[in-house]
Amino acid sequence: MRGGLGRDVRAALVRDRLAVACATMLALLVLAAVAGPWLLEFDEDQVDWAHMATPPFEATGHWLGTDRLGRDLLVRTLHGLRVSLAIAFAATLVALVIGVAFGAFAGYRRGRTDALMMRFVDTLYALPQVFFVIILTVVFGRGPLTLLVAIGAFGWLTMARIVRGQALALREREFVEAAIAGGAGTLRIVTRHVIPNLLGPVIVYATLTLPQAILVESFLSFLGIGIQEPLASLGNLIADGAGELETAPWMLAVPAACLLLVVFCCNFLGDSLRDALDPRDQ
Amino acid sequence: MSALLEVRRAVVRYRRARMPGPSLTAVDGVDFALQAGEIVALVGESGCGKSSLGRAILGLTPLADGEVRWRGRRIDTLSREAFRPLRRELQVVFQDPVASFDPRMPIAASVAEPLRALVGKLSVTERTARVERILAEVGLAGDTAARYPHQLSGGQLQRAGLARALIVDPAFLVCDEPVSALDVSVQGQIVNLLARIRRERGLACLFISHNLAVVANLADRILVMHRGRIVESGGCADVLHAPRHAETRKLLDSILPVDPVAARRRVEARPVPAAADAPARLTS
Amino acid sequence: MSALLEIGALTVDFRGSRPVRAVDGVSLGLGPRERLAIVGESGSGKSQLLLACTGLLAANGRAAGSVRFEGRELLGDARALQAVRGRGIGFVFQDASGSLTPHRRIGDQLAEVATLATGCSSGAGQEAAVEMLGRVRLADPGAIASLYPHQLSGGMRQRAAIALALIARPRILFADEPTTALDVTVQADVLALIAQLCAHLGMALLLVTHDLGVVAGLADRVAVMYAGRVVEEGGVADVLARPRHPYAAGLLAAVPRLDVRRELSSIPGSPPAPGDWPSGCRFGPRCPRRVARCEAQEPMLHAADVSRVACHFPLAAGEKP
Repeated sequence: MRGGLGRDVRAALVRDRLAVACATMLALLVLAAVAGPWLLEFDEDQVDWAHMATPPFEATGHWLGTDRLGRDLLVRTLHGLRVSLAIAFAATLVALVIGVAFGAFAGYRRGRTDALMMRFVDTLYALPQVFFVIILTVVFGRGPLTLLVAIGAFGWLTMARIVRGQALALREREFVEAAIAGGAGTLRIVTRHVIPNLLGPVIVYATLTLPQAILVESFLSFLGIGIQEPLASLGNLIADGAGELETAPWMLAVPAACLLLVVFCCNFLGDSLRDALDPRDQ
Repeated sequence: MSALLEVRRAVVRYRRARMPGPSLTAVDGVDFALQAGEIVALVGESGCGKSSLGRAILGLTPLADGEVRWRGRRIDTLSREAFRPLRRELQVVFQDPVASFDPRMPIAASVAEPLRALVGKLSVTERTARVERILAEVGLAGDTAARYPHQLSGGQLQRAGLARALIVDPAFLVCDEPVSALDVSVQGQIVNLLARIRRERGLACLFISHNLAVVANLADRILVMHRGRIVESGGCADVLHAPRHAETRKLLDSILPVDPVAARRRVEARPVPAAADAPARLTS
Repeated sequence: MSALLEIGALTVDFRGSRPVRAVDGVSLGLGPRERLAIVGESGSGKSQLLLACTGLLAANGRAAGSVRFEGRELLGDARALQAVRGRGIGFVFQDASGSLTPHRRIGDQLAEVATLATGCSSGAGQEAAVEMLGRVRLADPGAIASLYPHQLSGGMRQRAAIALALIARPRILFADEPTTALDVTVQADVLALIAQLCAHLGMALLLVTHDLGVVAGLADRVAVMYAGRVVEEGGVADVLARPRHPYAAGLLAAVPRLDVRRELSSIPGSPPAPGDWPSGCRFGPRCPRRVARCEAQEPMLHAADVSRVACHFPLAAGEKP
């Protein structure tokens, strides 16, 4: 199973050079987020009294300039990227695990079980996410964990729907019937036949969920609900930058460009993967 | 001696998908019995309900009425879970080998699956050994085990399908049009293999087909189905050479000979009747 | 008799991550009112051959060689193909849904083709549609014309598809497995219908099938294809009575018969996948008569009595492979 899917993914990516470029860029960004802050000389909250609000590319030692408190913008952006990525990855993972398990089971069982489970999903879907997040924040306080729960709790819904549709279709395929005739029970069929065969669309959707999660987190942090100072996330960096737009535009430009880059690469990669894993091409 | 498998007044109905109203009756009151070691051919054109009947016997489709008895015990009312242990004895070979194998699993894993599900407590080495043995028995070379379905030909895959069905040593095999999706030059391989294995193991078999010529040398008895009912049943030679029902005659007639003179006569002599409205198609 | 259709050294390749050749240098001729059957199994290339002749290959398919209809080259000439479709060559697919649009009434579809082909008025087109539906022996053609394809049974749909193919009075009918998807009891009727229509309308027939019974019942000449090439070609009576190529003989022997009580015959192994051909004779690995020369050198089609065979050691009369 893994051989088959991995092979497809690799073959597809190699063919599409732009996809390869995006994957490489993403890898570099992740690397930068993880390792960058250690390698750079400044700390995230280190204040440089001599260079406050200095623009980038000047010989100040701060490659991308500083914010109005004299903190190095590159380091803060990388930290922000780290936080945003971490939350987005974790939330996507949660959405993936819950969504796939839920959707695969519902789609395979069909009938009343499926109807009940999907009604539950529909109900949650109807709740306004921001409202829910605000309530969570009031109850659990601000911070990464609340954010994770908020994003993950909604992210799994769409995943469940997609997976359930795929599972419904898979249920009708003859090799599932062959497995039933071979004595396999529901658990075995769902884990060994249904889920591996829908991993293609799931991977694609996960790659597209990631940028959504980043955007949601950024938005919430921008609103002041998510990550709080002095912890940096792309969202609150952008919020800060927006406030200084006239005097220090680089404070907005740098984190915004970073966000844009990550989201673009993820989306593009996801699209390429989806095209590549299209069963019609096989 | 009581029959191995008994089907009485079996009825299978399908709800039409997305359409309200009465359901389609695929099987409309079928009675027959199968003795141990017997091979019975179930023949009819597509839509007659033969596949639905096969599925109902295997518990893959529910019966709307009637009963199915295995070794005297009713099995049509069993839940999916309760039926599972029986699958060691009742197995199936499907029509389309390519569709009946999980494309993401290597052959060995697919063939071993009934073993894992139905025969617990086997070590990995034992399992692998049994898989190798059964693959050899159906004529698949050693390296086939590690391959994926798309790397095998239709004939090879169907052999693997047979291997998968036989690995748990069943007493009864339902073969649902096992050669219809294969090239003609390969069909004989599978049919002969099936005949040999059946003889060696003493398997009872229900062979479903739309082509009487394929079962002519294989079956002990033939059941002809038409619109959900069995319209003729008898010994193989009797049904083939002295058919009594019009549907049987139609099926026999539809086999075009390869002798050009006879074939041309068959085709040109037909009065080309105006096509009347046929009954709605069943998704059997 | 001058050839109506001449296929010269036709080759069909498919591009992609792994280029694949489906048809490898096939030359055939078809005269007016002649009926030629192309018979083969999976991987033989027979369907791609037919599709290439009418420009219906998939987007990544490339045909090379020559296909001449009434002397005019069709390959690569989109205008010529457009002119020929419908009026010169009619096409019946295996599945009627290949020709019939699901969301339009049958009568409208036929009338449109008639109007486009002959330039007649739409009223005359509708009349021609009903007349053609009657010709394909559909009861109450006027009522059928107002129905949608899904309202007919499979056999009736195929008859309607045949009507669609013939309404512009083409000179050749291409049929790709026209009865394979139909019930067995209906197949003979549809074949008889095709035979009758070809005779009445003076059409030639190029039929692709895997079924030798269909060949026997319908065709005058037959070309047996294997692994992208023609391996035997000749009159139906001749080839079916005494095949010269071991594959043709094996195929004939493998057809299940009612009258003989013996084990089903078969050819060991299976046909090679397109493009994945062994060196030398492509049937070699499965041939019981194979010798060293067969692997070293690929046999070309050459004359053998009244037919043509591509084999180093063709069978003699009455010889079994």
